[in-house]
Amino acid sequence: MSTDFHIVVCGSIVPDPLQTLKPVDGPAGPALQNEMMLPAVLDPWAGHALYEAANLAKNYPGSRVWLVSLGPKAKLQQVMMSVSQKAPFELVVADGSASGFTDSFETAKILADTIDGIADLDKSKLLLFGGWQSASRGSGAVMQMVGEMLGVTEQFQGVDRITIGSDGSIEVMERIEGGSYQKSIVDAAPAVLGWATGELPEPPNNPQIGMQNMQKNMPALQRAQPADLSGSSLSFESVEVPQQRRETRVVKDVPVEEMAKEIVEWLKA
Amino acid sequence: MSDSIKIPDVPRAEMEADIVCVGFGPAAGGFLTTLTRGLMNEDGTPVAESKAMPGMPPQVICYERADDIGFGVSGVVTKGRSIKASFPDLDLSQIPMAHEVTNEKILYLKDPVGASRRPVMFKLADKVLGRWMEDDAFELPFIPPFLEKHPGMIFSIGQLNQWVGSNLMCTGLAQIWPSSPVASPLMDGKAVKGVRMADQGVEKDGSPGSGFMPGMDMKAALTVVADGPVGPVGQHLDRELGLPEGNHQREWAVGMKCVVDLPEGCDWEAGTVLHTIGYPEPEIFGFLYVYPGNVASLGILVPSWFDSPVRTAYRYMQHWMQHPYLWKRLQGGTMRSWGAKSLQECGKRGEPILCGDGFARIGEGSGSTNVLTGSGVDEAWATGVQLGESVLELLKNGSEFTKENLDATYVAKRRASWVEEEAKVAEKSRDGFTRGILRGFIGMGLTGLTKGLVNMPGTPVKPQDRIPTIENYYKDYIAQGEIQEIRTECAKKGSSLHDALMDRVGWPEIPLDGTLLVSHQDALLMGGKVQANPGYGDHVRFADPKICASCRERVCIEACSGQAIYTNPEGGAPLFDREKCVHCGACLWNCSKSNPKDKERTNVNFRAGSGGLHSVEN
Repeated sequence: MSTDFHIVVCGSIVPDPLQTLKPVDGPAGPALQNEMMLPAVLDPWAGHALYEAANLAKNYPGSRVWLVSLGPKAKLQQVMMSVSQKAPFELVVADGSASGFTDSFETAKILADTIDGIADLDKSKLLLFGGWQSASRGSGAVMQMVGEMLGVTEQFQGVDRITIGSDGSIEVMERIEGGSYQKSIVDAAPAVLGWATGELPEPPNNPQIGMQNMQKNMPALQRAQPADLSGSSLSFESVEVPQQRRETRVVKDVPVEEMAKEIVEWLKA
Repeated sequence: MSDSIKIPDVPRAEMEADIVCVGFGPAAGGFLTTLTRGLMNEDGTPVAESKAMPGMPPQVICYERADDIGFGVSGVVTKGRSIKASFPDLDLSQIPMAHEVTNEKILYLKDPVGASRRPVMFKLADKVLGRWMEDDAFELPFIPPFLEKHPGMIFSIGQLNQWVGSNLMCTGLAQIWPSSPVASPLMDGKAVKGVRMADQGVEKDGSPGSGFMPGMDMKAALTVVADGPVGPVGQHLDRELGLPEGNHQREWAVGMKCVVDLPEGCDWEAGTVLHTIGYPEPEIFGFLYVYPGNVASLGILVPSWFDSPVRTAYRYMQHWMQHPYLWKRLQGGTMRSWGAKSLQECGKRGEPILCGDGFARIGEGSGSTNVLTGSGVDEAWATGVQLGESVLELLKNGSEFTKENLDATYVAKRRASWVEEEAKVAEKSRDGFTRGILRGFIGMGLTGLTKGLVNMPGTPVKPQDRIPTIENYYKDYIAQGEIQEIRTECAKKGSSLHDALMDRVGWPEIPLDGTLLVSHQDALLMGGKVQANPGYGDHVRFADPKICASCRERVCIEACSGQAIYTNPEGGAPLFDREKCVHCGACLWNCSKSNPKDKERTNVNFRAGSGGLHSVEN
């Protein structure tokens, strides 16, 4: 059984998690204020999937990695300048909204169609990677739907580790309830793997990898086709960011235990 | 952390581009905008072929230290002449937080708490002007023309950078790489052959650790140095090449600022610009710009000639915000962003060698800031444009980037420009401040009104030679024995000395409200959103830790904008926490000791570093 995988990672951008987000009503429904000007990052869950994919490809010669992104290409280009320094990949872009206020089914359909359009992709070798959920307003259902649409029925979510057997089988360690893991073995690709955090640290920035990536990926960005997400009947009653409550108080000469007790009371309230 | 660790020579990856630019700010924005607009002929062919990648247009790479091209910069008011020249149809509504200047005021602020150290003339002004004051503030009846920014614009440089950078990337003719700290230039004698990236996978002291990845060498025919006043490439060049005869970089300021959601009902309209003098200390200036959407960018400037060893910008900013004139409109507001940045305040006097074989310098680090008008962004952009035009000229002619050719093009353009003309007027405008605040103001007035013909004399002094001991600074206020008691108590508690001393001399405690008046640590998290990427070494190092161990002023600790430098409980040199550093560079000049190997510099070295502010609105 072959161990040269064709790994497709689905992942797009989310606002830098440290920014202040303010929902506004836009002409096409809810949006974030100044979304195009908000600094963005690759969705951290998708990031873990990408680093795992790159590591797998490095260890199994002949493997290839594509990053398939549905997002506004101008913003994607900016984010890719950081991401592409981390790991080698080929970028495939569907130019559309990454606001998170889109229908999961429509998103999955665009991704599946885009993956279908990758010329050199051998679906018998396909490992479909992604985050098991999105860090930003994701439904946590997109990867399953993309897999179904592509006819990939072996699906795993909350994956933290995979081990490739000498026969090409894949042992998958996925998170289940109660803080436990479940191990499964799938005979071979194709499979869908929705990653949790994985086990790899974020790779350092390697400008050489970045330059090599962007030589291929800049043309891919320029070739990006507009993504049609208009088929949805989804409508929003209202949107809001989670409420935060912050209180700062200076206290002096209070024992640590007292402080802890007060914080617990504050949290309970 | 000592700066004595030497990294062994190791094989390094190498790549080659045609032009490598260090730092992405207004100067690099002006440079790259001008360059990319001219790189292609109308028929779609490049004006010159890349030497690094034959058959392609010139390969242009820009490395930015911060994690995003809009992080860690500042709000600004500017006439924007050069920016408007680059974008004649500029529509400010396309740039969030931008607006034209509609209303500009200079306010003299009276001390409402009685703790400020006011010279007699200020005390007199407090009394005489009192009858015309509103909320303890006197509005100057006119703004001297040299300070006026109307007609002009206000914006967040972070947002401008995002807008400019996004336009640039869309051209496909320049690559801007964030999260890419450059450690140093690659020098061959006096020539620059490219840059070396910072090492990764290193320990705090920079020595190789697990996953060591030596920084790559990016070679280029031209290195454009736009890394600002505390950037490691510019500093390296200054150390290696020296400054032109008579020039120095002895005057600095730290600008600490925040972006605030103003309370409902605030009567400041978008486009309002306030400049303040007089409070919290006469040496400290304030600024406030009102953006669209009831948002303001506001803060203070603390200069190196404010001779206090406990010059903490953060607490002074909080006192300034609570001045009755400002607080009346700020109370109930919410801090949404916060940050700090060092400003090189020498202007033309701080100009380094502008070009050499294979390199050219633009922007604030090239001495372009006008210290009379208090304008830097417009000038920085203009120097970038001048270099962009010059590089296009040289590329089209097939000329090399030699010192001679860059002198004949870039430097000649700069010397013939309004930037130079106005910088010459401003050159001596701040000399008076070296001898006191009143002389300083009179000197600025004289220079401005006579267009530089008459100036107040003064000799700039190195910052480390200006800083008095704490005992001397407080000699008429606190007895020496009591200072020692306060020191001991603070050391025992691990609390800040400046807070204790300011409390002692009458500054009221800050009534933290958790939204606008927040603790310094909260400002780091909720305003600055400070981050540090793993795998990099400490960028703040002490040249000779033994000198630090015996230092009693420890200005680096008291003035640190992010409380990242702190007392070592075991004695010795201060400790540094990279995860709190906002990369303002204030430690570089907030030090009372000279570097034993170079008396012009202080004992603090500020090197290439990763991370810092994740605030894009400042």
